[in-house]
Formats: sequence, structure tokens, C-alpha cells
Amino acid sequence: MTEPTTGRDAPILEVSDLNVTFRGGIKAVRGVSYRLNRGEILGIVGESGSGKSVTSLAVMGLLPEGTEISGSVRLHGKELIGAREEELTRLRGKSVSMIFQDPLSAFTPVYTIGDQIAEAVRIHQKVGKDQAARRAVELLDLVGIPRPDLRAKAFPHEFSGGMRQRAMIAMAIANDPDVLICDEPTTALDVTIQAQVLEVLKTAQRETGAGIVMITHDLGVVAGLADRVLVMYAGKPVETGTVEEIYYRPRQPYTMGLLASIPRMDRPTERLIPIEGNPPSPAALPPGCPFAPRCPLKVEACDDAEPELERIGTGGRMSACIRSHEIDLKGLDGATVYPVPEAPAQREERRPRAERETVLKVDDLVRHYPLMKGAVFKRQVGTVHAVDGISFDIAQGETLALVGESGCGKTTTLQQIMQLQAPQGGTVVVLGKDSAKLGKAERKELRRDLQIVFQDPMAALDPRMPVGDILAEPLRAHGYKDAKAVRARVAELLTLVGLAPEHAERYPQHFSGGQRQRIGIARALALEPKLIVLDEPVSALDVSIQAGVINLLEDLKARLGLSYLFVAHDLSVVRHLADRVAVMYLGKIAEIGAVDEVYGAPAHPYTRALLSAIPLPDPELERSRTRILLEGDLPSPADPPSGCRFRTRCPKRALLGEAEARKCDEVEPTVERLAPAGDHGAACHYPESTEAVAAPGV
Amino acid sequence: MGAYLLKRLISNVLLVAIAASMAYFLAATSLNPRAKYEGRQPPVAEAIVDATLDDYNLNDKTPVFERYVTWASGVVTGDLGKTWDGKSVNDEMGRRIGVSLRLLLIGTIVGCVVGVTVGAYAAVKQYRLSDRVIGVSAFVIMAVPVFVLATMLTLVAVGINDTLGFTLLEYTGEYNPALSGWDQFTNRLNHLILPTISLALGQIAFYSRIQRNMMLDVLGQDFVRTARAKGLSRRTALFKHALRTSLVPAATYFAFAFGTLLTGATFTEKIFGWHGMGAWLVDSIHSHDTNAVAAVSLFAAVCVLVAGFLSDLIVAALDPRVRVS
Amino acid sequence: MRSKVTLARLARNPQARYGLLALVLLLALAYIGPFLGPYDWTDKDFMAFLSPPSADHWWGTTQIGQDVYAVTLRGMQKSIVIGFLVALVSTGLAALVGAAAGYFGGWVDKALMWGADLLLVLPSFLIIAIISPRLKGGSWLWFVLLLALFSWMITSRVVRSMTLSLREREFVLAARYMGIPGWKIILRHIVPNLSSLLIIDATINVSGAIIGEAALSFFGFGIQPPDVSLGTLIAAGSSKVTGYPWLFLFPAGLLVLLVLSVNLIGDGLRDALDPGSTK
Repeated sequence: MTEPTTGRDAPILEVSDLNVTFRGGIKAVRGVSYRLNRGEILGIVGESGSGKSVTSLAVMGLLPEGTEISGSVRLHGKELIGAREEELTRLRGKSVSMIFQDPLSAFTPVYTIGDQIAEAVRIHQKVGKDQAARRAVELLDLVGIPRPDLRAKAFPHEFSGGMRQRAMIAMAIANDPDVLICDEPTTALDVTIQAQVLEVLKTAQRETGAGIVMITHDLGVVAGLADRVLVMYAGKPVETGTVEEIYYRPRQPYTMGLLASIPRMDRPTERLIPIEGNPPSPAALPPGCPFAPRCPLKVEACDDAEPELERIGTGGRMSACIRSHEIDLKGLDGATVYPVPEAPAQREERRPRAERETVLKVDDLVRHYPLMKGAVFKRQVGTVHAVDGISFDIAQGETLALVGESGCGKTTTLQQIMQLQAPQGGTVVVLGKDSAKLGKAERKELRRDLQIVFQDPMAALDPRMPVGDILAEPLRAHGYKDAKAVRARVAELLTLVGLAPEHAERYPQHFSGGQRQRIGIARALALEPKLIVLDEPVSALDVSIQAGVINLLEDLKARLGLSYLFVAHDLSVVRHLADRVAVMYLGKIAEIGAVDEVYGAPAHPYTRALLSAIPLPDPELERSRTRILLEGDLPSPADPPSGCRFRTRCPKRALLGEAEARKCDEVEPTVERLAPAGDHGAACHYPESTEAVAAPGV
Repeated sequence: MGAYLLKRLISNVLLVAIAASMAYFLAATSLNPRAKYEGRQPPVAEAIVDATLDDYNLNDKTPVFERYVTWASGVVTGDLGKTWDGKSVNDEMGRRIGVSLRLLLIGTIVGCVVGVTVGAYAAVKQYRLSDRVIGVSAFVIMAVPVFVLATMLTLVAVGINDTLGFTLLEYTGEYNPALSGWDQFTNRLNHLILPTISLALGQIAFYSRIQRNMMLDVLGQDFVRTARAKGLSRRTALFKHALRTSLVPAATYFAFAFGTLLTGATFTEKIFGWHGMGAWLVDSIHSHDTNAVAAVSLFAAVCVLVAGFLSDLIVAALDPRVRVS
Repeated sequence: MRSKVTLARLARNPQARYGLLALVLLLALAYIGPFLGPYDWTDKDFMAFLSPPSADHWWGTTQIGQDVYAVTLRGMQKSIVIGFLVALVSTGLAALVGAAAGYFGGWVDKALMWGADLLLVLPSFLIIAIISPRLKGGSWLWFVLLLALFSWMITSRVVRSMTLSLREREFVLAARYMGIPGWKIILRHIVPNLSSLLIIDATINVSGAIIGEAALSFFGFGIQPPDVSLGTLIAAGSSKVTGYPWLFLFPAGLLVLLVLSVNLIGDGLRDALDPGSTK
């Protein structure tokens, strides 16, 4: 690339024409080039399998032996590809540091966090043990770990996910590196924790002045952080430019489609635009442009040769598409070139909520677990208040979303409903039948009407059964005896979710993630249920695939008159799919109501923080908004705070007077309706009632 | 931690008690000490046999439960009963226990240390020639039962001694009682060589395979990559981070390996003419010596549970995640 | 589909290939070999006691004039049968106990695992040795049963722990939420998904049982005369090993080859069936 350097210096890291071929001939990276200037943040964006992580490992020289690497990686002008191992070892951790995705497995489990950071210090600096240990504590303090001197002596498993990632950052900046490579650093974290960690990363960059390579699939994170963006598809860069250029004027069809497929909190009602098909397998690339089979702008010439990155217009932006110039001239965008799927027609005019049948009513549901310790002799050391008295109901044809971060009790709630047994406390009433009063036969009968779609499409289908048998299993269990009728129903179900009847003979491993999720949905539909529980149905899928599944769920609901209980952590998806939303925190409902009201005017400080923590895939909006950062981690559900459970992290409580604040400590708030007319309630003594600051654009 | 260990200890004592009782019942019902007195020339009167057997608590005419109660109350006070010919089981055990423990201890230590070292080395050299040689040897050794190995070793020793014309390698007994002082000490060491090899070789093969697999599992994990990303050389990352962590799962196999070692020791003792607990078990089953068999079973149960306990302690020492704080 | 992939991987695996080839050859030797030799295993040649291998007696003779070739192959047949029977019974037992303990949990789990723990306290060699005097004169099938009864515990624990994780897998939850009863879920979803482990384990158990039989027979606690097995032959041979090594070397060599080939197959199966294995 020959773009003019923006800074006064030459680039600190320059990658050109990097190719990585794994043992067995799989080409994971094909011709990646980029340059990174001092203090700059480069975002590398792509879906799973696009080669973005392999690129960074190749830069670090950490790919397994036997991997073929060609091209050039220059650090301060010095070539790293083919350099001696001792040379690379000297640079690693000193000039280039790396932050990995899963901070639990990235720390050695048998050494303390402090020792591991001190080790990083001592590798590259000639200091004594004590001094290195002191430096480790300083670093932990810098990344915002409370009581760092004590925490340095803790082992990795004693840290929470967010704290571990902070420690990881501390370790990475221990030697003032010039380049910091972050590989999906916040993917495993909850949104409020993600917001904290991103702040720490910005601090780290300020402290070290390092250039950052930020690898992620989350277009929101990149929008807020990066200066320039490189988009990868099937191991190849397809577009690069400044963040504004990429987000507002994408010139490559894949980038355009990717941006159009993201569900956005600020544009909730628009129909999502999926990219049809799946990314090609790196073992079987199509002859021409790898994106051509999915591209709406495909012409015959696309199959001839793979397009190279070419400059478009002035400045540093480049795109790998033979029609980029045309797109640029006509000013096309994703919403115009991709076919927008039609919105489903409502089967019947919606009656008001109060007049519709209630399909699910949960009243004061309680589920406590004993907290056990010890390996051989378990003894109870406490009680986990997983779900501590929650109430909600779902009317026919409605989608209620249960949202919250990990540990809030949403999964436990779902399990309690699905088990159809008498709960520890409270009641669960499904279609008018109390789960505590069911006989065995009645329970089985009720299971027809209550079905579930799971999160992980890999784990939800028995790998040893062909798809036809998987779909037939519920049918046979509920009295379909005739083999022909079963086969006909299986074919019908496959068609219903957008697959072909002949897919019934294949095994789950022959399908992509999105297709498997469709099979899971088909299985849930087999018995024509009235209520479907959706357990994070799209969170394991890539964005471009996710849109198609969300659209399918919307269509099915309208066509079949279904009701959904939708459990999720992704608030943008919820905004898109749900009619009502219940926000959970530590086993309690913090806020509940119609989506428009809750998102439009969040009343509970937790909801406000949660909404403000979601990164928006829009650089200007993302950079101009003020974030409410929560402090610290989620308290342990075994020892929830007295009074309001959120008070230990509540930003609002800090602004209250002493007498007012005491109420938060002593009295547990219950969900109160905010306005007599609206569908909106919050469990806060001092709910917000004025303007909406959290979700811009609404 | 203390309370946990205490509970663990109580449960172990309980398991030992139940297992030993089970063994006693099995032995008392399947062995027939009376046979040793019947058919003698001149014949012994039945009343005398009964009286003798009653005296040793071996009379099959007494209900087995009653015999058990007598035996168990003796064991509680530290008296393991009498052998079929009236000698004290305690005395016999006193003579033999040291012999067995010496073998077991040396076999365990040599097996663990050498096995883990070899396995870790093979893992680091994965797919190289040395890895393949180690892998194939371990594989072959694991297919050779101890009794075949021990017999082969005697054959080799005899061959070497015959060729040299003097006894380089001893292959029967524990020591030569004719020698004394330093000579006796080196003679004892010489007698140890072959039994140790035959006992430890299988253990070495076992541990090397386990350690290699565990180490390879660990080598693919993120934290080894992190260690290298912060600037450790491959060698340091392997030894300081990978080896140390992979010892944890390998240590959980300690108890299991000890069980096979115990059985293996029986063959080693028998074949090399050592008068240990294992040889005693075989002899006393053949001589229908109920109380001796029960005593060896008790010893085996205690050994296995001590090994299990040690295994847990080692794991707890190596792995902060399982420590009960 | 999957079995085809597995078979292809198995065929590509050199260990499994050599193991399988060796096992087929050994089986052929054990079952076809006796027809090729000049003597029957019950024949006694009173003209040749303890004679070394020769053209007439290929592997030599014993002290009562039996042909070592014929007797050894006869013993090998027994060892092979015992190995396969024990492996079948003990793996089946392990699968049932482990899956039931893991799936149902609660007191079922506690009781079954306590039983397994108890059986693990005493080495199985010791228990069977103690019981063996009762078996004198009985059928050798009792011996098979005893060997199987004391060799399922470790596998059942592995099966249990894998069942515990399978039980929480979403496809099992899906079946449970469909209203399918527990035993059906075990048979339809859990055991088939453990089949790789069970096949591998059954293979390893074959060689374990062959060694176990030989070890017990070595001291006279196993197969009783007039029946012969590799163990009884090795025992008889080892006492004369210095003077008449052929009595020991042929049965011992065949035992090692048998165990080695079965272990090779087991190792190859592990590589072919377990996609996560790194080797």
C-alpha cells in the first residue's frame, strides 16, 4: 500500500502480501497487507474463519510448526518473517504484545496473576524479583483492579472474566510495547464489562503510545475505537479505509451487506437484510471472487479471477471488487443493492393485549441452589439466589425478551419453566395450567405446546442422528405412528424453515451454523406449539447469518401465531424481535415493559447503563455519546447486597443525599408501574422519568 | 483443609474396614485349612483337628460370622490371628512387610520420575525420531506382563553370568546371608537391580504415555501461547508453564498405577525369590491359610488407599484450583 | 456417513493396519494352525521328552512328551476366547452402570459409584486369587465372569463423567423437554454418543483380560488342568526356563504378540474415532 503516512514517522508495523498455509494445504490467509502508525488503532473486521486471528499470530510468529508463511512483516523496518527464533523471542512482549480472547485459558492456571505479570517484566528488564513484583502491582493498579497488592497473589480462576482481561492488558503493556495486538479482547465479556475493558484499553494506549491492531467481529466496537478499518473475507482483505469511509460509504458488496445486516438499536423497525449463503470453506474456494456466490451485484466477469485490492477515489481507501468504481459513482449502499425480504403480513388484526389469551404466567418464581464446596465431601457453604421472586406474563402472539448479563438468572428462569415441575416458590402457569398441579400424562401433553430452541446449534442436535430422525423424534414421542405421515411432516417442516426436504437424510455436521439453527427451529415447530422459548437463538451465529434467522423467527411468529419467550443478552437483537422486554439483575427484574417505552425512556439506572454500554456500528454516534460506566463486577448471587441489589454499582446512588441513599440500602424496591397508562414498570426507588440519554437516534 | 482431611481419613478407614472384611469372608469361605490336617499319616483324630483349628480360629464348623467376629476383634487390638500351623501372623508380617515396602517404594519412585521425564521429553520432541522410539518402546513394554519380563530378565542374567564365568547379576533372594558389612550392602543392592527393573519398567512405560498425552494437551492450550507471546523462549515456556501444569492430570493417575504395581510386586517377589507380602499371599492361598490371606488383603487395602490419599495430596499441592481454602 | 469416515481414517492409520494384520494372522495361527501340525494337543510322544525344537516337533516337547506347538495353540485359543468374552461383558456392564449413575444422579449415582470404589480398594488379582480355590473343578466360564466382574470399574467412572456432561448437552435437554423417558434417552442419545469410547475401551479390555487370565493362571489361580491357556503354559515353562527355554519362549512370545496387536488396534481406533485427539 502506498498511502501517505498520516503521522510524522514511518509506520511501526508494516505487513505486506502475507500468506499463511497450514499443514494440509489450507490457505488461511491470502495476501494481507496493512500498515500501522504510532498511536493509531487499526480495526481488522471479519466473520469467523476469515483469517483475521491467523494474521495476527503470523505477525507474532506463534503459528504451529510446519505452517508456511510468506510475504513480509516489518517492525520498525526490520523483517520478521524468516528471522531467527531468538530474535523473535526478544521482540515478543517487548515491542509487540498480544491480548487474547479467552482470558481464562490464556493464563497458566497454577501460577498467581502477580507472578505471571512479574515474569513478563523480568524477561525483558533487568530487575530483581521484588521490584518486578512491585511493578506487577503497579500495573494491576493502572488497569483498575481494586486492592492490587492483594489481588496479585490470587490465581487466575479466582478472578472474574473482566478482571482477568484487565490483568491480561496489564501483562501486555508491562514492557511498554510499540504494537499491541488485541484478538477479540471483549468477545467473551458482558456488555457493561466490555465497556469497562475498552476504557482500560484506551488508557493503556495513552500510557504506552502504542499502535493497536484490534481484531474483532463486532462492528460496534470498531466504530468507537478504530481510526482505520480492514475488512477480511475468506482469508483476503476486501476493503480498507478510514472508519468513516468504511461505515458511511462502503464500496465492496460484502462490507455493504455486513453493515446492512446488523440489527441496530437506533433503527429498530427496519427489516434486517441477510446475506444469502455461507462463506466458502478455505479448502474449496470458488475460482473467481470468493464472495461472488453470495453477491447481489455479481456479473459474469466475477467468476474469472479473484479481484485484487484497488484504490478508489483519492486517499487511502481500497476495495477488492470489479464493480467498486461503479458503486462509488452511483453511490449505492447495502440497503439498495441487497434484496430486502418482505415483512410478513399479520395473520389477523391484533386485538389489544388485555383481550388476548395469556400463554405464560410466571408469578413470584424463586429458585435457590445450595452452594457446594469440596471435591469428595460436598458441604453447603451458602445459597445461590439464582432467581429470587420474578413475575411476568406473555400474551398470545407476543414476544417477551428476558435480558441481562451472565449470572442474572435468565437461564435458570427458562429451565424452571421448561421443566414443568412445581417450582421452589411461586407459580408457573402455561396455557392456563399450573405446572405444580400437572399429572404425568398432562405434563407430556402440555409439552406439545411448549417448545424450545437452544443457543448452540452444534450441541442442540444429536450428531449421530440424521436430520430426518431428529425432526421425527418429537413426532414419534407424541403419537405419530404412521411412517409416511412422519416423513411428510418432516418434509413440510424443512420447507417451512427454508431448507429442502432432501436434507432429511444428511447428518447435522453437514450443515452450517445458520442451517443447523433452522433445523433446531423446525424441531421446535414439529408439534405446532403455541409458545416457543428461544434461548439465545442467534448469539452463536455470525452477523450476516444471524439476520436471516431473525427474519425467519419474525415470519414464523406472524404466520403461525406463535408466542416467544426470548432469552438474550444482545440488546440490539431484542430491540428488533421483542414486543416487551424484562431486564434482569441478580435474580430480580429491574425493569419491564413495552420495548419502545423501556428503550425510549429507561427508568432503572441499570437499564440505562446497559443500553449505553452497547457499541453502535456508527462511528459518529458512537464517538459522540456519553457512556454510563458501571463500576466493578456483578456481586456474587450467593451473597446479594441488602436492599436494592444494584446499589453497589449504581451510578445514581452516588448523587443521592444520605437519607435517600439509606433507603436503597435498607428497602428492597419492587417493580412499580411508572405511568398509569403505559406498559412500563421499574424496581427503583428513584426511577428516571425524564429524557432518554442512553439510546441515541430513538 | 484440616477438617476435610479428617473426613477423608475417616471414610478411608471405613473403606479399608469394609474391604478387609469382605476379603476375610471370601477367604474364610473359599479356603479349607482342615485339608492340611486330613489325610495325614498317621491320621489325626477329628476331635484333635477341631481343637487345633478352634485354637487358631480356623474351624469351618464354627459359623463364619462367629469366626469373623473373633478375627475382627483381634484385628482391632492389633492381633491378626494365627497361621494354619499356629504361628503368629503378626510376626510373619513383621518380617515380610519391610521387604515389600522396599520394592514398592523404589518401584514407585523410579517409575514416576523416569516415566514423567521420558514422557515430557517425548512430547517436546513430538514426531521426531526420539519420540517415536520412546513411543514404540513404551508400547511394547506395556504389552509384556511382569511375569514374562521378570522371567526374561532371569534368563538374561543367567546368560550373562554363564558367559562371564562369575555371578555379575544376582537373581534369587534378597541378599547373601554369608556376607557382612559393606559387602552385604553392595550385595543387597545387586539383588535389587533385576526386581527393580522388572517392576519399574512397566510403570515407566505407563507414566511416559500418560505424561506425553497430558503434555501434548497442554501444549495446544492458550496459556502456553501467552507465555511465548510475552517473550519466553519455547524451552522455558514448555518447562515452566506446560510441564508444571500437565503434572496435575498425570498425578491423578498415581493411585491407579499403584494398584497395578501392587499386583506386579507379587510376581516380582515370587520370581526373584523375595519373601515379601505378595509371595506370602500366593503361598498362603495354596496352603489354605485364611488368616494370612486376610492380613495381606488388609495390607493391600491400606496401601491402595494411602496411595489414593497421596494422589489427592499431590494434586492439591500442584493445582491451586482444587485446594479447599 | 460417520462410520465411513471412521473406517477410512482407520484404514489410513498405520498402527491399526499393522495391528489388525497381526491379529488376523494370530487368529489364523490359533484356529487353523492346529490342523497343519503333525500332532494333536492331547498326543503324547513317549519317545521325546523335553526335546528341543526339531523337524518333527516344531516347537519342541514338554516333559510328558506333549507337542509344544499343538499345546500352545490350544492354550492360545482359550486365551483369545477369554479375552473377548471378558471384554464384552465388562464393557457392557461399565456402559450400563456408568450411564445410569451419570444420567439419573442422586442416590442411584451414589450407590453405584460407592460400589465401584469399594471394588477398586482391593486389586482384582487378589480377590480372584482368593476365590479361585472354589472354582477348582468348575467351568472356566465362572473364571470369565469373575474377570469381567472385577474389571468394569474404571471404565464406568469414565462413562459416568462423560454422561454427566452429555446430560447437560442441549440435544439431551431437547429430548427431555419432548417428554421422552430417561432409559430411552440413555439408549438413544447417550450410549450411541459414547460408542467411540466404548469401542476403544472394549479393545483395551481384551488385552487386559488376556494378561489378567495369564497372570492368575501363572500361580494356578486361573484355568485348571487338563485345560491349558497361555498362562498355565508360561507358568510351566518359566520354572524350566534356564534349561529348556522353548517351553517358555513360545507361549510367552505369542502372549506378547497377541496383546501388542490388540493394543495397536485400540490405539488406532482411538485416533480414528476421537477427532479431538492430537496424536
